[in-house]
Amino acid sequence: MYNEEVIKEFQNLQNVGVVENYNAYGKIGNAACGDIMEMTMYINPETEIIEQVGFRTFGCAAAQATSSRATTLVKGKTVQEALALSNKAVVDSLGGLPAQKMHCSVLAEEAIKACVENYLDRKAGKITDSNEPTKMV
Amino acid sequence: MKKIYLDHGATTALDKEVLDKMLPYFCDIFGNGSSQHFFGREALAAIDSAREDVAKALNCKSSEIYFVSGGSEADNMAIKGYALAHKDKGNHIITTKIEHPAVLETCRKLEKYGFEVTYLDVDSEGFVTKEQLEAAIKDSTILVTIMMVNNEIGTIEPIKELAKVAKAHNVAFHTDAVQAAGNIPVDVQDLGVDMLSISAHKFYGPKGVGVLYKRNGLKIQRFLDGGEQERNLRASTLNTPGIVGCAEALKKAIKNMEENNKKVAKVRDHFVERVKKEIPYIYYNGPKDHSKRIPGNSDFSFIGIEGEGILFHLDINGIAVSSGSACSSGSLDPSHVLLAIGIPMEVAHGSIRFSFGKENTIEDADYTVDVLKKTVEQLRSMSPIYEDLIKELKGNV
Repeated sequence: MYNEEVIKEFQNLQNVGVVENYNAYGKIGNAACGDIMEMTMYINPETEIIEQVGFRTFGCAAAQATSSRATTLVKGKTVQEALALSNKAVVDSLGGLPAQKMHCSVLAEEAIKACVENYLDRKAGKITDSNEPTKMV
Repeated sequence: MKKIYLDHGATTALDKEVLDKMLPYFCDIFGNGSSQHFFGREALAAIDSAREDVAKALNCKSSEIYFVSGGSEADNMAIKGYALAHKDKGNHIITTKIEHPAVLETCRKLEKYGFEVTYLDVDSEGFVTKEQLEAAIKDSTILVTIMMVNNEIGTIEPIKELAKVAKAHNVAFHTDAVQAAGNIPVDVQDLGVDMLSISAHKFYGPKGVGVLYKRNGLKIQRFLDGGEQERNLRASTLNTPGIVGCAEALKKAIKNMEENNKKVAKVRDHFVERVKKEIPYIYYNGPKDHSKRIPGNSDFSFIGIEGEGILFHLDINGIAVSSGSACSSGSLDPSHVLLAIGIPMEVAHGSIRFSFGKENTIEDADYTVDVLKKTVEQLRSMSPIYEDLIKELKGNV
């Protein structure tokens, strides 16, 4: 059901874990539905470049592969570029996903955006607690 | 790479001796069992003999054996066939919440046709009691269908007691014995059931063949319309090689049952003991008392991680298992069986069935535990909910 690229990504997950001294935090999903993705980033406040990114995922092989791939797609990119990441870009980069797994790529996109928005919210003074996620669906 | 098959609940490899018995019926004895000439008569003789063997194995008459395409068809034929033939008597059917989809979806379809279905709860190990059944029977009840062995957690239901209750109320009793046949004795007289389904590929027979036992005199509606095969209840040219294989596999499974069960249970028990001892925060799903569970079955939930992720890690390491997670089915809900025995939703997502068979060894079990330990550890280290969950929930081991 999974193509080789997805299996390869799943076997060699990138950026697993929590970024030390992160200044952006996003968490998306629901344990009862079987998928939760957590993203942490260190975004350079001067350049607004995502210098470090980490993920932790509770979910199936597709959830893990898409969150891993999403982190590699935004690492080294600007905040604006990360906000423009689409689930389709993640799917295309993995060479496609089975139809019933497309929602995993949507979660990956949302997790990246939630994380970046958390950074922007904090910058705008809307959040003070560094652990507080902006979105929890 | 080592390849270990631990999914015998899904299917088993065809036994080579069984295959040898089947082979002549593909090219040489190819006749249609319904033809009058000698090609047909030769095929029919083999089918008749297979029918005798299956009848003997299940302790019934050969006229009570119907060859069908598998367990799902046998369940459909029994439940729909009986319900539609007796709808003037009543419209109420009783089953359980943990049946195989072949039964559950059949019952749901009948609800659309105007039947009323009661889905009995089960306890934390998957058992349903005769008292529950007694309480659910009403004047309009015509049929009870309860599985003999659960396919996910291996629970052996007290079919004999349950069938007695149904009989006392003059209600027909069907059991899906797909996971029982070949694993534990299945004697329709002793069980006191009216109908019973089995499937050949679960006991090292071929895929695409099943058996419905239906007590003589019990009326059901014809399932497949067409020719007059199977006493006019199921049209379709008889699958001679499949039928021969089914009978041969069943005979062999029964002959070697005691010996195989001892071996399979030993490997399964070793595996279960090691997992319980070496992996923290797990649920061992299904009967803890292994005498109430089929010998090859074991099922675990690993708190904080998701089943499909575990499945593919094991797969990469050459171990084949199945998962009770939603991701295996494409729906968002995890296994209905695990939810019915009270496993919390987020834990049920992290469930794996390891079903052992006669070719598995202690070494297979040990290798699997070693890989599983690493997998669970790795997935938990990257789970954003593991630490919160273990505070909230307490595994029973």
